[in-house]
Formats: sequence, structure tokens, C-alpha cells
Amino acid sequence: MTGKPNQFILSQTLLELAKEDERVIALVCDSRFSAHLAEFAAVLPRQFIEVGIAEQNVVGIAAGLATCGKIPFVFTPAPFLSMRSAEQIKIDVAYSQTNVKLVGISGGVSYGALGTTHHSLQDLAVMRAIPGLPVVVPSDNRETALLVRELKEHRGPVYLRTGRGPVPDVHEAGFVPKLGKGCLLLPGIDLAIVVCGELVRAALDAGIFLHERGISARVVEIHTIKPLDEELILEAARETKAILTVEEHSVYGGLGSAVAELLVQNRLSIPMRILGIPDEPAIVGSQLEVFRYYGLTLEGIVAEALKLLGVDITDIKTDIKVKGA
Amino acid sequence: MTDQERAALTDRARRIRGHIIKMLAAAGSGHPGGSLSAVEILTFLYFRRMRYDPKNPQWPDRDRFVLSKGHAAPVLYATLAEAGFFPVETLTTLRRFGSILQGHPDMKKTPGVEMSTGSLGQGLSAANGMALAGKLDKKDYRVYVLLGDGEIEEGQIWEAAMTAVHYKLDNLTAFLDYNHLQIDGRIEEVKSNTDPVGRFRSFGWHVLEVDGHDFAALERAVDEAQATKGKPTMIVAHTVKGKGVSFMENQVGWHGTAPKPEEAQKALAELGLA
Ligand SMILES: Cc1ncc(C[n+]2csc(CCOP(=O)(O)OP(=O)(O)O)c2C)c(N)n1
Ligand SMILES: [Mg+2]
Repeated sequence: MTGKPNQFILSQTLLELAKEDERVIALVCDSRFSAHLAEFAAVLPRQFIEVGIAEQNVVGIAAGLATCGKIPFVFTPAPFLSMRSAEQIKIDVAYSQTNVKLVGISGGVSYGALGTTHHSLQDLAVMRAIPGLPVVVPSDNRETALLVRELKEHRGPVYLRTGRGPVPDVHEAGFVPKLGKGCLLLPGIDLAIVVCGELVRAALDAGIFLHERGISARVVEIHTIKPLDEELILEAARETKAILTVEEHSVYGGLGSAVAELLVQNRLSIPMRILGIPDEPAIVGSQLEVFRYYGLTLEGIVAEALKLLGVDITDIKTDIKVKGA
Repeated sequence: MTDQERAALTDRARRIRGHIIKMLAAAGSGHPGGSLSAVEILTFLYFRRMRYDPKNPQWPDRDRFVLSKGHAAPVLYATLAEAGFFPVETLTTLRRFGSILQGHPDMKKTPGVEMSTGSLGQGLSAANGMALAGKLDKKDYRVYVLLGDGEIEEGQIWEAAMTAVHYKLDNLTAFLDYNHLQIDGRIEEVKSNTDPVGRFRSFGWHVLEVDGHDFAALERAVDEAQATKGKPTMIVAHTVKGKGVSFMENQVGWHGTAPKPEEAQKALAELGLA
């Protein structure tokens, strides 16, 4: 049920890919251990580049490698990669359309207890605003492994965020994600919960919980925040009565914003709520403590869903238990 | 410095090491290596040199210390507690939900913290700003900043190094915690980031080299820094990562791993604090 950290799976997958294709290069900034790349460095030293603590530099190096036909994957903590290197990403990678894969590791509040310097809660907003840069946030191990394979073949840059801790499974064996395509995880007609990343399992459990109590919640996973699967989201808005978005990110500029922009500009006016980290330096604590504080849990999602639908919380049985916590 | 004064500083440093071990063990995560390597530098600054008032942390005339290598927060917190900025009992709340002592220093939460750090490479610029303000306001406070030897791989450090020289920031004294280790290995394995003495000198800094665990040597260096006019001083402090705990010394694996309870006991016993 509970898998491994997505960033571990990503690096294991990349090692396999790199053994088959020597164009694949992994680059780190004193981050090989947190990126689970020590084995990669030992097995394929020629395809491994350590640049030290230099996040701006690494992005430029990767861009240069890409212009020479390499397929560079940059691994450094998401807070530093997405903020310190934002300009190098804008110019050297996105504007120049170099085939650089930017992997923001330990994203969101993976490093919850380390404080604001180590939180990356604006990365999706910053990266999403850069033209020509797809933004991907996988949920579970299976999806991570398959998306990395697809990204390696996909020509062009991407920003992909992974988390540090083990994540529960979401997808069944046989599921194959597709870049730019969302996944309908649970059909429903009362409201739609649209979610990304490491909160997908909690949202799906919340959806199941609601169904068991007579509320038909639809759950839609969006692993590619950009380009957004507009059709799937518009459909959800047309076929249900409310939209709740859930993300490990600021309520500004991330998945919720993307969904809201889409709905408003398609004249779809339905009750909507963006659940994420409010516009403040996030509380400091473990990832789970931060999630609990902001209601990014099964209980919190259920409560927000009920509020959106105008259902009194006491109307339904509230024997909520956190699964897999 | 008299023998007695040195003994008092040594004892203080030992207590600070003890706090570091205990707080990390209580938190179950954090950075012992780079905290322990900087103990004498902070002890010297806070208990022998700097001018401050723990009851009035915002006193405008205070000397400033910026921990640019913010992951060494435990040594800063332990020193600030010993200096009276907050109770020593607070230390074991490190990294707990709601604590004023988070994994990396937050100037809004912790009395005595001058700058929020943790994203490496930024502290020297902030220290430049404090030193520039001191010049503008004709104040005689001094600004100290501690950099990691891995940290100086960040380009911003070198931008700041030029600024400090350009504005003749002789009220600024930087320390380099030259412990030769970062996370992925020895500094020279990770990057040809060698000869910091030559490099800072070529940028125009006054550069000194000292044993970073020797109080008398630190005092001589800081005296010389203070007497040096027209340029900033960089004190390259030769240190041992994990200093004071035999099994942590010079071990790259103790960069960011907290001691387990038995290991903490062993460390405290070595420090004569068990
Ligand atoms: C901008 C940035 N990049 C990466 C990190 C992750 N990180 C924390 S400590 C560290 C190594 C620091 O090595 P050094 O400066 O030598 O510190 P010390 O040996 O004194 O602990 C790294 C890469 C960070 N905190 N900030
Ligand atoms: Mg070091």
C-alpha cells in the first residue's frame, strides 16, 4: 500500500534509462544523497556531473549540455531550483527550449521542519508562469516511474517536482499516465475534487468516504499542471455542482489558480474553493503536521467539500479515520 | 587572554557542544557536523568579543552576527541560550511544531537571530548591508558573518565579496569554517573549491588563517581584523567538522544526521557531560 519516496523511484528509473542511453546525464548540487543518486554516480560516473552548491550554474550547464545532444536531468531541492535559478530556467531552458529536465526534489513541505528556506510552496506558480515550460507533479511511485520514461523521450524542457517521503499508492497496476492528461480516479456528480501530487491519496480517500455517505464526489488527478488538461476539468465543472482543488502549494498560482482561470474564462461559475497553503510563511513542522494544520488531510478535504455543498457537517456520520498516516 | 579566561571559554564551549548533542537527539534530525566545527568561533564572539544586550536584542548599537551557513542553527541557538536570549530549556524544542527554534534560523521568531538563513550563499550580502548601514549611520558596531567552505561555491558569495571590498567594509569580519567537508564528500572531491585564502586575497580582502578551535588565535585574528582599515577581513578558520565528538570528527556522514539516543549518550560522556 505505502510505497517508496517518489524521488527514489525517479532516480532508480533514471539509472535504468541512463544505462541504455548514454545521452542521459544526471547533475546534482551537493545533493546526490537526497536525490538518491549515489548509486548512479558510482555505476555511471561519466554520466554524472556534480557541480557543488551552485544552483544557478547547474541550470546553465544543463542547457549547454542539451545543446550538444545530451539529455540532462538536474536534481536539486525544489525551493532552490525554482527560486534561485528562476532566471536561468526562464532564459537558458524555457526560452531557449533546451531539452533540460529540471527535477525539484524534496518539494512542497517535504522539508517541513527545516523552515521557510526549505519549503517550496511557490515553485508551481513560478514555473507555471514561464512560457514553454511544462510543470509536472506525480502522485505515486508507478506514475513517477512512467512519467520519467515519457519525459526522457519527450523533446523539450520540463519542471518536475518530487517529494522526500514515502507515498501511498494511488494507481493500479496497468495504469499508464500521459503527459498533459489528467486522470479520473473516481466518478461522481455532486462535486469534483481536483488534486495533484502527494495529496492525491488523501483526496481519493476523502472521495470514497463521501461516496460511502451518499455524496457523489468525483476525484480528478492533475499530474501535469501545465499544459492543463482543460477538457477533463471543464467536464468536471459542467457535470458537478462545485469544485474543490487540493495541493501542497500556495493558494496563489498553483493548481487551484490554473483551474480557476480556466473556469472563469469559460463562463463556468460554480462554487469553488482552493485548498492549499494560505498566503503566509507556512507553519513549521513535519509534512504531516503541516498538512494537518492546514486541513490537507482526509478530514480537512471532507470538511471543505461539505462546506462547498452547503451540507451541515453534523448531517453526516463523521467517524473519519486517517488512512495510511 | 589569561589561562583562567581561556578555561572559562573552554568550559562554555563544552556546554554548548552538550546542548547541540542534546537538542539534535531530541529533534531526531539536524546538522551536528557543521554546528560542532563552529563552536569556538561563536563562543569567542558571544562571550569574549561582541557587544549585545540579551534583554534588548534590537539595541541599535549592538554588534551583529550572521550565520550564513544557516544549517548550523543548533550552534547559534545553543550560544544564544547560553548568552541569555531565551531559556536553555527551550533548546530541546528544536524543530518541534510551534517551536521558536526551527530547522533554520528565523529572525522573526528567535530573539538574537539577526538574519533568516538556510538558503546558502545569502548571508554575506546581508552582512554587507548591515556594515554599510553602520557606515552611513556613523555607528561603531561591528558585523560578523560565518560562511561554510561548501557554501562559498555559491556565486552570490563572490558578488558580495566584491561589494565588501568596493565599499571598504572594514567594520565587517567574515569567518570561513574551513572544515573541508560538505554533503556529497570532501570539498575538493565535489568541486575544485580550494585555496580560499588566495581567492579572497585576490578579491582584495585582508585574509588571516587561524586554528578555528583556539581561542587565543581567534582573539589575535579578530584584533587584527578590527585594526585593519579600508578593507574587510576574512578569517579562514581551520576547523574539524564534528569537533569534540570522536566518532563524528571528519565524518561526512555526520553532516545532517542526528545522533540516536545511545550515540548522544556516548557523545555527552566524551564531553564529560553525561
Ligand atoms: C542554496 C542552497 N543549496 C543547497 C542547500 C543544501 N545544503 C545544506 S548544507 C549543505 C552543505 C554545506 O556545506 P558547508 O558550507 O561546507 O557547511 P559545513 O561543512 O560547515 O556544515 C548543502 C548543500 C542549501 N541549504 N542551500
Ligand atoms: Mg564544510
